[in-house]
Amino acid sequence: MRRPSWVPEGTDLDKPNAARVYDYYLGGSHNFEVDREMARKAIALWPELPQIMRSNRAFMRRAVTFLAERGVTRFLDIGSGIPTFGAVHEIARAIRPEAKVVYVDRDPVAVAHSRLLLEDDANSAVVQADLRDVEDLMARPEVTGLLAEGEPVAVLLVAVAHFVSDEEDPRKLIGVVRDALPAGSALALSHASLEGRPDQAEDHQKLYQRTPTPLTMRTHAQITAMFDGFELVEPGVVYLPQWRPDQPGTVGEHPERMTGVAGVGFRP
Amino acid sequence: MSTTPVTGDAERFHEDWSRLLSADHGIAVHPDLLGRLVSRTAALLHRAQQDEPFQPRLASQAGAELVDAHFTDPLLLARAVELLQAQPIGDGRGPALTGAFAAGWAAALRERTLSEQEAIRTAADAARKEAERALRASEARFRALFESAAIGIGIGDTDGNILAVNKALQELFGAGPEDMIGRRVGDLVHPEDTPGVWEAYEELISGKREYFQFDKPYYRQDGEVVWTHLTVSLIRDDDGVPVYQVAMLEDVTDRYRLQERLRHQATHDPLTGLPNRAAFFERLEKLFEEPEPGARFGLCYVDLDGFKVVNDSLGHDMGDQLLSAVAARLKAALTPLGHLVARLGGDEFVVLLENCRGEQEAVAAAKTVLKSLAGPVLIGDHKLAVGASVGVLERRVSTTTPGAAVRAADLTLYRAKEAGRGRWTLFDPKANARSVSRYAVSVRMPAALDRGEFFIDYQPLYRLSDGRMSAVEALVRWRHPQLGVLGPDEFVTTAEETGLIMPLGRWVLEQACGEAADWIKRYGDAAPQLNVNLAVRQARSAALVTDLGRILDSTGLDPARLQLEITESTVVGPEDEALRTLHGLVELGVSLAVDDFGTGWSNLSYLRDLPVSGLKIAGSFVGDLHDPAKDEATGWRIVSGLVSMAHTLGLNVTAEGVETLKDAERLRTMGCDWAQGWHFGRPVRPSEIARRIVEEPKGRPVEDR
Ligand SMILES: C[S@@+](CC[C@H](N)C(=O)[O-])C[C@H]1O[C@@H](n2cnc3c(N)ncnc32)[C@H](O)[C@@H]1O
Repeated sequence: MRRPSWVPEGTDLDKPNAARVYDYYLGGSHNFEVDREMARKAIALWPELPQIMRSNRAFMRRAVTFLAERGVTRFLDIGSGIPTFGAVHEIARAIRPEAKVVYVDRDPVAVAHSRLLLEDDANSAVVQADLRDVEDLMARPEVTGLLAEGEPVAVLLVAVAHFVSDEEDPRKLIGVVRDALPAGSALALSHASLEGRPDQAEDHQKLYQRTPTPLTMRTHAQITAMFDGFELVEPGVVYLPQWRPDQPGTVGEHPERMTGVAGVGFRP
Repeated sequence: MSTTPVTGDAERFHEDWSRLLSADHGIAVHPDLLGRLVSRTAALLHRAQQDEPFQPRLASQAGAELVDAHFTDPLLLARAVELLQAQPIGDGRGPALTGAFAAGWAAALRERTLSEQEAIRTAADAARKEAERALRASEARFRALFESAAIGIGIGDTDGNILAVNKALQELFGAGPEDMIGRRVGDLVHPEDTPGVWEAYEELISGKREYFQFDKPYYRQDGEVVWTHLTVSLIRDDDGVPVYQVAMLEDVTDRYRLQERLRHQATHDPLTGLPNRAAFFERLEKLFEEPEPGARFGLCYVDLDGFKVVNDSLGHDMGDQLLSAVAARLKAALTPLGHLVARLGGDEFVVLLENCRGEQEAVAAAKTVLKSLAGPVLIGDHKLAVGASVGVLERRVSTTTPGAAVRAADLTLYRAKEAGRGRWTLFDPKANARSVSRYAVSVRMPAALDRGEFFIDYQPLYRLSDGRMSAVEALVRWRHPQLGVLGPDEFVTTAEETGLIMPLGRWVLEQACGEAADWIKRYGDAAPQLNVNLAVRQARSAALVTDLGRILDSTGLDPARLQLEITESTVVGPEDEALRTLHGLVELGVSLAVDDFGTGWSNLSYLRDLPVSGLKIAGSFVGDLHDPAKDEATGWRIVSGLVSMAHTLGLNVTAEGVETLKDAERLRTMGCDWAQGWHFGRPVRPSEIARRIVEEPKGRPVEDR
């Protein structure tokens, strides 16, 4: 049983944390020594990690741009983390200045950081909630507000679903989110996959075992199944760099080395 | 040589610069943004190279802008420096320019790092404060919940120290916090605690169970008793170690008292306040549930003499007062002796002696009854003489049933009345059987068979060598519409007298053989042998052999699996016609055994001539071993003598009335073959026999292990 939402989640600064470790991979300084220590260890084992994270971040940027260009003005960014640079509202507003973004994360420090950053932004909100308690998440006033007018909403689950274990059933959770979305809404999702670098998967998952957010890498098929009820846009679920690259040349010779896969789908 | 680089160089630099920034971090930046950044920084650097005088600031700014766009990777700086150094610059400002660029980058990175560190610390701080605030709020909520809950709540540690109690609990106990906090849960015992409550408590605090619920009484501070519905739950820490117990108590005193009153009403006679008929039967039946081996009990069935006259001549009111007075006297005289006095209805009372030590004690109780009623009773102006008659029954629990016992005591009472009033009479089995038959048996019996009022129970016999069920004895029962269930000893004599034993005996054989055949079909060799009692009159009937042959045919029962039990009185002399029948039966393939051996007058030489293969030692032999009035060693010598005598004759010996494992073990060591009795099972429905066949492939214990 998850604790009731009126019992606070602690801020455990003695343990590495996914949001801050990720910030370190991306060259940021929104992190503490425990985070860096773990990130260094991970990089020592797998030197391409920073590159992979940049690929993920680039996917997010392209996906948000794509969605904004398709006319989406509402974004629900679940597992938003610490927007080191290029936050969703910035990217979206480059195309849709009126874009509204609700940031959701379960980590209280990431949430507090986003709040400081967005204090004066009337069109964005930050919510501390947990995808695994999806009913609670979807019932938050900021979230229901975003959905209220029946306008399409793009849900971003970028590098988050792999922090939900099989027992917690991410597919079911995403289904609950999906069923609350108006027609024309979208899902943009990226996820660590088992197939790109099968040799690295086990060690890497082990490292995250010590964090409050253990990692579950999944197969391409399992990840594609998370798009149940969405119609995938071209090119479907592919390795991060392969998803609608800015120019053909930016894909690189070994997209599978970026291990993550990603896709975008619309709800008919 | 010109001091300005050719335009071709500038273009090439712009290209190289653009390629450098597009790699790595650049992929995460929007191409338009990146394009603008490339142009701006390239322009700055170009001016730094060209402008006169040389302005290092421009190069620094370029470096800083990169950091602002989050180009924070030191590798990028290395490559940028390389690229800048490779630029052909005429006036030798190259190193200074590169230095300024690097310094600008580093200074901006330092600023950025510091401000990000500050931002994340502020965020962590805010998050911590928020968590603390939320914790305080949640604590306040819990406190409010705890304090204002209508239910009593107490928190204790796993050593049993009470740590906190809420208001409702204080009110429940009529105590202040200082009276309760620091006390120990274990001190809160009450003599009426439900059995098991403290065991459950121990299991809880040692982590073996998560919660328990009981109705439990407590003493309040003022000494009053409060009944509560108690729920205790265990609280564990994150590692699962038990740390606290939380008790919730709901005051159910009113409900409890009401229940008690209802119960009292249901179990007590409103006129006299004595336990009523239902309460008496409940107590009596309890005696029969799990009796100690050899346990005895006594009943005095009391009926006032001439009560009807009082009632009729002086009125009901006076009658009721008389009954109350009688009840009070009986209660005063007998309860101090540990006996239960109950009113069965009308002017009938009963005294129950649990754990009776023998006939003398029951008779003494009856005398006490008569003595207590000897003096006249004063009611208003009337001085009434009351007398009573008492039927006394004293038996071993295992030899009867509650229904049969009360019936027998009642019939004994009638004999007392018949013999003249104001006296007690002791139960006599023969007289009892006669009374039963007179009462209602003989008239009704012929129709009873047609109406299906008879049924058969089976009592198992066990082989002592391996503890397996070897046989079952069929025991016919009569579900009499008025008298309840009657056992064979209550109606078989009458059946013999009336001749009804013939159709009844046939019916029993048919039923039992059918059942036994069915067991064999289902369980094969595991099925028990069938034993059926043969009445004397049956054994003398020439038709029996043909009848049985037909029954064996129709049921398909293997004759070898059937044994007929005859009594010692079946054959009285060498010329007895019954002998022919018995031989005829043996020729059919069935075996014979002598039942109840040792109770009649037995001529051992006849025994040798009878075609029997088994002998059952009467239950009184083993029963007497537990009689404090009889010498046990002698008793065992008699039993062992009977066993070896039977073995000398080549007979299989069964001991009846075996009630303890110890006796079973002793009988086994002295070579007794089979045993029967409550230790091995009472007479039960056939389905229970089937269950035992299936569930006891290894038998039951016959020795102390
Ligand atoms: C690797 S970061 C990704 C950040 C951002 N979406 C991106 O891709 O740049 C993962 C974030 O998901 C958050 N997260 C993990 N499990 C979550 C959950 N069950 N509910 C909400 N957020 C979660 C973590 O706290 C962390 O901030």
